[in-house]
Amino acid sequence: MARVELNQITKGFQNQTVVKGVNLVIPDGSFTVLVGPSGCGKSTTLRMIAGLESVTSGEIQIGDQVVNQLPPGKRDVAMVFQNYALYPTMNVYDNIAYGLRNRGTSKKDCKILVEEIAEIVGLTPYLKRKPSQLSGGQRQRVALARAMVKKPKVFLMDEPLSNLDAKLRNQMRVELTSLHKQLGSTFIYVTHDQVEAMTMGDQIVVMSEGNIMQVAAPMDLYQEPENLFVAQFIGSPAMNIIPSENDSQTLWGFRPEKALIMSDAVTTVSTNEMITLRGSIVSREILGADSLYYVETGKGRVVVKMDTDQTVELQTSVQVCVPYSHIYEFDRDSGNRVQRREGKPAPTLAGGMV
Amino acid sequence: MRKAVAAPQISGISNPTKQQVRAGVTQAWMERLRPYLYVAPALTFFFLFFLFPIAYVIYLSFFDWTLLNLEEMDWVGFENYSALLAESDFHQVLWNSLVYTVSTVVLGILLSFLLALWLNKKAKVYGVIQAAVFSPHIISLVSVAMLWMWLMDPQYGLLNALLEMVGLPGYTWLAETKSAMISLILVSIWKGVGYNTLVFIAGMQSIPRDIYEAADLDQSPWWRTLTRITIPMLSPTLFFLLVINTVSSFQVFDTIYVMTQGGPINSTNMLVFYIYEQGMDFYNGGAASAASVILLGLVGILTFLHFRVMGKRVHYQ
Repeated sequence: MARVELNQITKGFQNQTVVKGVNLVIPDGSFTVLVGPSGCGKSTTLRMIAGLESVTSGEIQIGDQVVNQLPPGKRDVAMVFQNYALYPTMNVYDNIAYGLRNRGTSKKDCKILVEEIAEIVGLTPYLKRKPSQLSGGQRQRVALARAMVKKPKVFLMDEPLSNLDAKLRNQMRVELTSLHKQLGSTFIYVTHDQVEAMTMGDQIVVMSEGNIMQVAAPMDLYQEPENLFVAQFIGSPAMNIIPSENDSQTLWGFRPEKALIMSDAVTTVSTNEMITLRGSIVSREILGADSLYYVETGKGRVVVKMDTDQTVELQTSVQVCVPYSHIYEFDRDSGNRVQRREGKPAPTLAGGMV
Repeated sequence: MRKAVAAPQISGISNPTKQQVRAGVTQAWMERLRPYLYVAPALTFFFLFFLFPIAYVIYLSFFDWTLLNLEEMDWVGFENYSALLAESDFHQVLWNSLVYTVSTVVLGILLSFLLALWLNKKAKVYGVIQAAVFSPHIISLVSVAMLWMWLMDPQYGLLNALLEMVGLPGYTWLAETKSAMISLILVSIWKGVGYNTLVFIAGMQSIPRDIYEAADLDQSPWWRTLTRITIPMLSPTLFFLLVINTVSSFQVFDTIYVMTQGGPINSTNMLVFYIYEQGMDFYNGGAASAASVILLGLVGILTFLHFRVMGKRVHYQ
């Protein structure tokens, strides 16, 4: 177990800087998720922690030790790769035992450790099989077992679930979280999937273009985004962004589930309490329990998420109302959050919907 | 024809007429014949130029005949074979072929593998070296042979000049029984190493990089990465090279013809050259045919053994 600290880490490839001075503290025992769109530098950051990529400048610390000059094998980290990276010519047992043997663990101890881990991840019946004879989920378990058996201080995972089908992915998500609780080690997990990030991480690091945009716990990230990027990246569908009413320097944002659709006929509620956008519904997506309404308004197209029970016909003229308390204000140029609008508390709108 | 069959199926009430039944039978036949018609051109080619010559040379090997008089062919059964196998020259030829094949294949593949390990890197300079190593492969074997004869000339040759420069005595190269074989092996390796290296490099590049990264994280020392990961992953490549190198070494002819003519004292005479000698120099068709069949059998057995022994250890993704 160890905390990981990145001090002013940069990484350049030829004439391109992909990680631009990242400062980050990953607490001991945390499940930290690096999330961001592809090319944001999250995988490179992870690979630098692993030692698979050299650091252009800055310092990486694992525990109390600066590891910049240490080879990957000496950093006491284990990694689970996106494509599993199992040794195709070795059977499951040898795949798991390989790292132990290289450390000089005796054959007898190897056997005990491998069998113990195989039992935990449910691979015992498959120890003699080659990776090519296993399903995707089983390979994933071998990759996990191979990492776990070394009892590393830090687990690094590079999009480990992206090659699994949706059902298995959900299952593995739960298993990984409980594994983390069980082991208590530090997990650093890279993904581009915000659902994975939100459900698994206890600390989420949102990255964009080689910079860290925000580091926060999942709900803080969702409720208090520090900038436009985070506001739009976290949450599905993304936050609606519209020009603000009186200041051309700022933009307003609101979450689709915080807006209400009201009939055009209803008299507008006090503008002191909420903003009102007039428009008409252009399309609708039914997700199951919820539906998404796309409303073309004078300030652009916005999305409203509503309970599917409350249907609104297409092409209807409506007003979209958002309480001021749910409006986020951002600076137009920097994208940084300005403040949270403190309007009067929104009144309960019983029966206010169409 | 299709219509004739389709009609009763559509109506589905009346029984098919005799004519329709006959049309149906013809169509079934056509369906069965169709695939054979598609492969017929290739099959014809294969029979004419591969199977027939093999069968014919086996047939010819049972006769005593000479290229000078093709009308007189006496059936002698296995006499050509027993004569060959009793002849000490032929024993020498077989032994030479074996020594040559084993040496070129083992040394050639080993050298290529080491070169590939060295050259399998990204920098431009390795590409240049790779191209240089590959270049002998595209030169005609006769030119290669001529070039090496000149290099190996005991008096004016560049090799001996180099040896003298560093104070070593000149070498006899092609002029003596012991060194002539070594010289031929050297030329063959030089000619083949580029191709083998290229195939090895291609094989190495198809090994996913993240497997090596996983090995790095597993603290795998380089020699263990080599023996436990690289070589097993390259086993299909290795197997392929082993088979084609063995077969082509057994068939060596050009270099012998140009450089040594099988000499001195039969020391570099090998199967294909021996067959050529028997047929074209001594006009002994029977012996040449029998020796060809023996060559065919040997190469066949070796290939079979490769597949049986090596095949099991080869890992295919």
